[in-house]
Amino acid sequence: MSHLAQAIRELGDSGPLRRMPRANLERIATVLVLGWAVGFMLWQGAGFTITLTTIFAIWAILAVSLNLVVGFTGLLSVGHIGFFGIGAYTMAILASDASYDRLRTESIPTPDWPFFAALPVCIAIAGLVALGVGVVFNRFRDDIFVLVSFGFAIIAFSFFLNLRELTRGAFGIHEIPRPAFGSWVLDGEIEFLIFALICLALVVLICWLIVTSSFGRVLTAIREDEEAIAVFGYRVTHFKLAVWVLSAMMAGLAGALLASWTSFIDPNSFILLESMLLIAIVILGGLATIWGSLLGAMAFVLLEEGMRFLPFLPPEFVGQARQVVLGVLLVLLMLFRPQGLVGRYKL
Amino acid sequence: MTDSSATVIHTIDLSKHFGAVRAVDELTVAIPKTGITSIVGPNGSGKSTFVNLLSGTLPLDGGIVIIDGVGLRVVRAHESPQHGITRTFQEVRLFEQISAWDNIMVVLTERRLVPSLFERVKPAHRETAERVLREVGMWEKRDAMAGELSYGQRKLLEIGRAMAMDAQTYLFDEPFAGLFPQMLERVKEIVIRMRDQGHTLIFISHNMDIVRELPDHLIVLDSGKLLTEGEVHDVLSREEVIEAYLGE
Repeated sequence: MSHLAQAIRELGDSGPLRRMPRANLERIATVLVLGWAVGFMLWQGAGFTITLTTIFAIWAILAVSLNLVVGFTGLLSVGHIGFFGIGAYTMAILASDASYDRLRTESIPTPDWPFFAALPVCIAIAGLVALGVGVVFNRFRDDIFVLVSFGFAIIAFSFFLNLRELTRGAFGIHEIPRPAFGSWVLDGEIEFLIFALICLALVVLICWLIVTSSFGRVLTAIREDEEAIAVFGYRVTHFKLAVWVLSAMMAGLAGALLASWTSFIDPNSFILLESMLLIAIVILGGLATIWGSLLGAMAFVLLEEGMRFLPFLPPEFVGQARQVVLGVLLVLLMLFRPQGLVGRYKL
Repeated sequence: MTDSSATVIHTIDLSKHFGAVRAVDELTVAIPKTGITSIVGPNGSGKSTFVNLLSGTLPLDGGIVIIDGVGLRVVRAHESPQHGITRTFQEVRLFEQISAWDNIMVVLTERRLVPSLFERVKPAHRETAERVLREVGMWEKRDAMAGELSYGQRKLLEIGRAMAMDAQTYLFDEPFAGLFPQMLERVKEIVIRMRDQGHTLIFISHNMDIVRELPDHLIVLDSGKLLTEGEVHDVLSREEVIEAYLGE
């Protein structure tokens, strides 16, 4: 066994993937993933392409925002799904126009707000919860931080499931409206896709401005050695808290988009496993790179949806098979390419 | 009573305990504002702990630190630059997975949270980074990842990062340890140049040749306490120092 472990370690240390020049690998990974996407879409046609790209846009917002915390700041958070859920539930509760009083299920108030009135509230509440949680989490680092963020994901899921007076628990909330500009409702799939892509572009722009600013440079120093950067006059806790809140706000936006797109949410969309998948996307694409998160999200969506079409895989096993494939992929990446496809930083 | 205008750092009953171990034990010492001060003592005498307390890397358990006339019972690491202090570490602590250039640039940027979000790299930052990297002889290595540099280069880069702060007082924790002669001479030149520019330099060293040559003032610690201090040749000729610590 020790020989096997040694052989794997040596392969990992000197393997062709590690030796390959970074620029070459980036180009190859980009061409492969984009080629795969184009081929898959041509094969499946316009309808599926629109659905796939919408899923990509939502996951990409999550991945890019999580990379701010994990890749750029070095805080391995598995609690991001909690903020995604908070955004989604806030949108669902504020905007749903379902009349639950008539249904013999849980009764909750539904203010029936328009999408664009609810959206800032979704983002703000995700940010406020992150601020409260972040003040406590700021004292933790490394492994302990992973554990407490894990705890947050579980607590958030528990709230979604058990706070039935607000979330309707396992029944979920439906009739969540699409965005509307006056009388123009984005109820077509293509219109919603364009809206989701605009949101993604805004998130990417904001993240790019953050990571290329002095603030972003300090984040990378915090990731490398937060005690050392502190003696140069930086209040590390403030920087960590700020990026944590900004990242959560973006996850809240992604949650609001998901709720509006699917028009129904229940707690199953925000289980811990989804958080692990999100971490896998960020690592797969590459830590501390925005492009890597986009690439990782694209590869993940293609892999996840593409497995539906494997002829030898019975449909009832597709869900489990996805998890196995992503799990194996994560282990292989840690062994042979810990910085991900186009990443700059190793965990 | 120490003349406050002549001292840059003055500690009164400074204490730090790790469990039952008194790493720094009611240490009262004054460090002159001008020239170079060296801190010596055997392993475990509290030298690095003392520097960590002065820079806020470790919290004080007791006592007062007076920096440029300002008395502090709590020294916060992020306030060090406000007190005109910067430092290097015993084990080199660079930002490993970013370039040598970025290691310098990062300490030049805005410290306030919100303005830092809107600040981009300024020409003045670039000029300072280039000047510092050239001064420590690391300009050619500016694009290399800090983690990929040799031990000596890492020491130089860490000194350069401290120099970029343009502080009044520099705390160097064993800047000469583990350097081969050519690199050691370069660090000596840097230290002398900084002294000539009017900065206060405080360094820990085990290298007695350096201790005889460079500092103007010597502090000898033993078991967290001050054994003796004063002018270098005077201190080094004291019998208790010769017998107990220098082995000569």
